[in-house]
Amino acid sequence: MTSAREQILGAVKQSLKRNGPNATNLETCEQRLSDPEAGLIPERSRLPHPAQIDLMEAMLIELSATVQRVSSDNQVPDAVVDYLKTRNLPQEIRLAPSMDLLDLPWDGHSLLKTSSGPAREPDQVSVTGAFAGVAETGTLMLHSGPEGPTTLNFLPENHIVVLRTSQVVGAYEEGWARLRKVFGNGVMPRTVNMISGPSRTGDIEQKIELGAHGPRRLHVIVIEDGDSAA
Amino acid sequence: MSKSEPRVGLFVTCLVDLFRPSVGFAAVKLLEAAGCRVEVPAQQTCCGQPAYNSGDRADTRAIALQVIEAFKGFDYVVAPSGSCAAMLKKHYPTLFETQPGLLARAEDLSSRTYELVSFLTDVMQLSNVEATFPQTVTYHDSCSGLRELGVRDQPRKLLSSINDLSLEELSDADICCGFGGTFCVKYPDISNTMVSSKTGNIEATGATTLLAGDLGCLMNMAGKLQRNGSGIQVRHVAEVLAGMTDEPAIGGSITPDHDVRDGGN
Amino acid sequence: MQSTSHNFKDNARRAIADPNIQAAMAKMKVGFTGKRLAAAARLPEFEALRDAARDIKNHSLANLDFYLERYEDKVKETGGHVHWAPTAEDARKAILDICRRVDAKTVTKGKSMISEEIALNDHLEQAGIKVVETDLGEYIIQLRKEPPSHIIAPAVHVSKEQVEADFRAQHQHLPAGRSLSEPTDLVNEARQILRQRYLDADVGITGANFLIAETGTSIIVTNEGNGDLTQSLPRVHIVIASIEKVVPNLEDASTILRVLARSATGQEFSAYTTLSTGPRRPEDPDGPEEYHVILLDNGRSSMLGSEFQDMLRCIRCGACMNHCPVYHAVGGHSYGWVYPGPMGSVLTPNLIGVEEAGHLPNASTFCGRCESVCPVRIPLPKMMRHWREREFERHLTPKSVRGGLGIWAFLARRPALYQRLTGLGIGVLGILGRRRGRFKSLPFAGGWTKYRDLPAPQGKTFQQLWAKQQKTRSTTK
Repeated sequence: MTSAREQILGAVKQSLKRNGPNATNLETCEQRLSDPEAGLIPERSRLPHPAQIDLMEAMLIELSATVQRVSSDNQVPDAVVDYLKTRNLPQEIRLAPSMDLLDLPWDGHSLLKTSSGPAREPDQVSVTGAFAGVAETGTLMLHSGPEGPTTLNFLPENHIVVLRTSQVVGAYEEGWARLRKVFGNGVMPRTVNMISGPSRTGDIEQKIELGAHGPRRLHVIVIEDGDSAA
Repeated sequence: MSKSEPRVGLFVTCLVDLFRPSVGFAAVKLLEAAGCRVEVPAQQTCCGQPAYNSGDRADTRAIALQVIEAFKGFDYVVAPSGSCAAMLKKHYPTLFETQPGLLARAEDLSSRTYELVSFLTDVMQLSNVEATFPQTVTYHDSCSGLRELGVRDQPRKLLSSINDLSLEELSDADICCGFGGTFCVKYPDISNTMVSSKTGNIEATGATTLLAGDLGCLMNMAGKLQRNGSGIQVRHVAEVLAGMTDEPAIGGSITPDHDVRDGGN
Repeated sequence: MQSTSHNFKDNARRAIADPNIQAAMAKMKVGFTGKRLAAAARLPEFEALRDAARDIKNHSLANLDFYLERYEDKVKETGGHVHWAPTAEDARKAILDICRRVDAKTVTKGKSMISEEIALNDHLEQAGIKVVETDLGEYIIQLRKEPPSHIIAPAVHVSKEQVEADFRAQHQHLPAGRSLSEPTDLVNEARQILRQRYLDADVGITGANFLIAETGTSIIVTNEGNGDLTQSLPRVHIVIASIEKVVPNLEDASTILRVLARSATGQEFSAYTTLSTGPRRPEDPDGPEEYHVILLDNGRSSMLGSEFQDMLRCIRCGACMNHCPVYHAVGGHSYGWVYPGPMGSVLTPNLIGVEEAGHLPNASTFCGRCESVCPVRIPLPKMMRHWREREFERHLTPKSVRGGLGIWAFLARRPALYQRLTGLGIGVLGILGRRRGRFKSLPFAGGWTKYRDLPAPQGKTFQQLWAKQQKTRSTTK
């Protein structure tokens, strides 16, 4: 008895009237896997880096996210606390377990409770880093790993992302290039989240509502650290 | 007769032939005024769409070959219908994909075939017509002409040259009226929903006359407007462009006082 | 699910008479179309990206065997499992086996049309497993025990008053006096209810918009974030995807993603595009311990190499139905199975047979609006016509249509006879209708005159008049 796998692949080959790609075709296909080439990239994000950062910010705002720029890492805790205060949120945050975040001067805010790890119900505010920001559509790229529990991006109602200007790129393809540099060709972390604004739904009479299941609010703190890639 | 006059074979279309020959004469007048020599081959009946769209490929091919034969030798083949012109231009070649000889003939016909109004503007470079029509008109873009042949600006451009005519754009002008050939009788309830939505938009323009470039759509919309008791007159755009609006409008009465809602003429 | 496609005409008639459906359709036909147009206008490369997306899918389909094998290798390499499912039954069995092995009590689900196609929920529920749809639209129709009426907006036919009534009936533990009149209230309530379900679930099932051969990754595109909670909280993540979802690499997916959301909802990019590769890694603080991919064929391999191959490019954006005047008239349920609108009219007969779904490819005016907005340029009208050709060849076309067509075609192929007979017929009709200008009813034209008048012919054919005029012209020359 042929296996289900052979059955499907056999049917595909029969319909394609061939047994696998021919030599030239095979080379094209192999190359497409080993050495992916970017396709058409919209001009919109082909900008000098400072303008890409501006585009990133403008697109985020359009997506109903909020943005605050700070000039150094040390200003991040102040920015977080300000954000919590202005939104009347509890002074309690769940941090991604990344050294970059844990090492920030949180102790300057004695009322702020911090803890770190994957999200738990009922965490209300998470603070995470990012892997990249794609200016083209204001899309944040985050990935899972020891420093990035995925649940932090979805479970709490408020998601604060700390993004460095050096992480801002123009197009998605530049994000993939950076990811391959870190993980190697053809290798991916368990989860890559491309996040474009807070959670939303239009499922009831097509009226857009924020906070369907994921975060109701997305706040991005942008650290201006220049433009050289990490 | 000058040698530079292009020789145009008029593809009358079955609906114009049977229901509204005045559209054919309007087309002839426009083509002649634009400097064409017009002939009407007798060996034509229909473009074959009823068979084609019902899945009857054999009859469609037979009819297509008949049309190809009837229109050989003309510089251009022009139809007062986007739908029929698209059939000749876009669909005939697909009928003969596996037969190179016939395919070449179908492609030759395709390259010479045009919808009337776009032929006048795009090929004959016509930018205005001598006509007067003191009415507010609105214009429906029939699907095939719009999406298969790119007919959109051409009729508007020529209409804008008509004295005393004002054009009120129709919202959703690009959405199907629900005619669809045999569709309207195979799925009457759906077709009715579609044409009702269309006539609602037409009435909302406040126009006194509705124009379009395809008689099938026009008969559908006229029939619905009249069933609803609307007084809006419905005409093929060629009639207005040619200044030939003496005939009663589509579905209109020759005795205006017979039914006041016809609006007279 | 059980098809009612053969009842399309009756389904449509009921939908046309249903004010709720008509109100919902009136709203959707302006909403989606306007947003798509604005998004397309904002991206100068949009049309070129549509070409590129089409080419990527064509390349992937032409080498589907290669990319499927490479995709499978990569999934295995990352610790995931691939289950090949030739039929819907095979897919249901594979999923139930996994659920039973891990002793699953509750399963949460992200929106998946493949799940609807294989009628997964009923199958799991019959086995005693609680199934919770988490996409808001899917949750609503699950409560209503209805199938989706749209592939990206499954509850687009339901009014907020209906949702309120459903929530009050189902969420009886909540205070009766609560306000639920606004969409915001309803969204909040669903959020609150579903939150606990995510945490309780043993298995999370999602669909996939793309499978990436380069990396063994599955991609889902959502706006709510439900798909992410569905796959990151339970111990097991199952992806169900049909075989044509595979594309070579991340760059290819990026190109297609650029046209997907813009075509679907008019967004530049959906809120969440999530790439999942294998189970959680040993060092990951969260994520599923098991990752399974069900690869479903269910008739698709036989579409390859046929006149319906182009349909396999479909990326399920819904633009064709958002722009379809027939869909707007009858709503999604009339189509009677999982996939409504123009894409369904082509796909459904492929999956459940043209004997059952023959109405669908016939219920089109070929207005071409679907093809004009399809992000991967599927020639939908052409393929609906292919179905009509197959029906005609197999004598499935109704006898009355076939008979009428036969007589007409006989005449159309004989111009001299045609002109004599039509001349006579039109003469008679012309006389009958001349005074009034139209007919309110006419024998054999009931389909037409049921709803509209038939304009009367002018009385002579063009050919008659032209012949006469030519005679005059030549004698006066």
